[in-house]
Amino acid sequence: MTRVRVKSMFPPGHVRAPFYVRGKTGEVEREIGPFGNPEQLAYGLKAEKKTLYRVRFSMQELWGETAENPTDTVDVEVYAHWLEEV
Amino acid sequence: MPHDHHDHDHLSPSGHPFRADNDTALTYWQQMEIAVRELLVKKGQLTSVEINAQIEAMDARSPADGAAVVARAWVDPDFKARLLDNAAAATREMGFDIGPLNLIAVENTATVHNLIVCTLCSCYPRNLLGLPPDWYKTRAYRSRAVKEPRKVLREFGVDLPDTSQIRVHDSTADMRYVVIPARPDGTEGMDEATLAKLVTRDSMIGTGLARVPGVA
Amino acid sequence: MEGHDFALWEKRIDALMVLCGGKGLFTVDGLRRALEDMGEEAFEKYSYYERWIAATNQNLIEAGVYTLEELGQRMEEIAARGPTYGEAQGD
Repeated sequence: MTRVRVKSMFPPGHVRAPFYVRGKTGEVEREIGPFGNPEQLAYGLKAEKKTLYRVRFSMQELWGETAENPTDTVDVEVYAHWLEEV
Repeated sequence: MPHDHHDHDHLSPSGHPFRADNDTALTYWQQMEIAVRELLVKKGQLTSVEINAQIEAMDARSPADGAAVVARAWVDPDFKARLLDNAAAATREMGFDIGPLNLIAVENTATVHNLIVCTLCSCYPRNLLGLPPDWYKTRAYRSRAVKEPRKVLREFGVDLPDTSQIRVHDSTADMRYVVIPARPDGTEGMDEATLAKLVTRDSMIGTGLARVPGVA
Repeated sequence: MEGHDFALWEKRIDALMVLCGGKGLFTVDGLRRALEDMGEEAFEKYSYYERWIAATNQNLIEAGVYTLEELGQRMEEIAARGPTYGEAQGD
């Protein structure tokens, strides 16, 4: 499985990568396919196609010591331009 | 305008009376709804017929549709395989009109329990299950489901052993999710229609389990 | 923890969102953006469909479907029709 990190960027405006996964590392669960970039669609702009992935994060990675059960997971859909391979 | 076309005497499919909404004081937001609707019709973007048809289509969708899909998956391994591979196509194959819904089905097993949430707003497999329950849209559920799902599940009466793994699915973008709950013990030999009655709305969100026959 | 059944005006808002989205007047992304731009306070002050009609209206204005003047005029007319939701409907 490919390990990826969500970029730790915090621009103002409509961003689809949820706050709680930014800067966090997970594994690609599956590639879903190309979808219009919501950061352009949200402002009525013509949207480039971006590949959407499902990324699986462990609770340990997301919440550290306060994780309820470290090996439980959260799957989140993240667009390619928010991901970097690690 | 008379109120008599409004059906406050009727019960909804869930047995609750519709809330009286036509005879209370007009709110600012209701005023905006009327204005937006009338302007869309006036500008030729929509017709009243389309709007009413959409409301009827949405009203016709209910968790019973999802329950039928789950029951089919329980009795037909080939269908279950297709459902897990492409849930939208498999659901359409059963004749459900789910529109442009991109659907992923996730399966509960003896060791894995899936839970659905949308932390950004309220995305829900509405074209299969109908409109989401109120609690699904609350900030409390949306924020807690990804942080303390076990505690949330206990509040729903689902107490999972530490040996089972929880997979939370956050509908952050274009996909919607439906849980295939585990088939309860003691249901061997039941037909699809009987099985479907065991499949609750919450069991398809992951905040519940399928009913065990003979248990209230 | 049961959900409630929606009032007619709420179902209509739902229908408007779905239909306008289907006709390409805006995207779900545009609605979400408008919701977020209302700020945290809006989540406390307004109900679910109140926020969605605000977001729908915002997107329709931006798409040029009608003007603010048309909206303001129409809302005044509606308020003048009668004091309840039922009475404020047009013909």
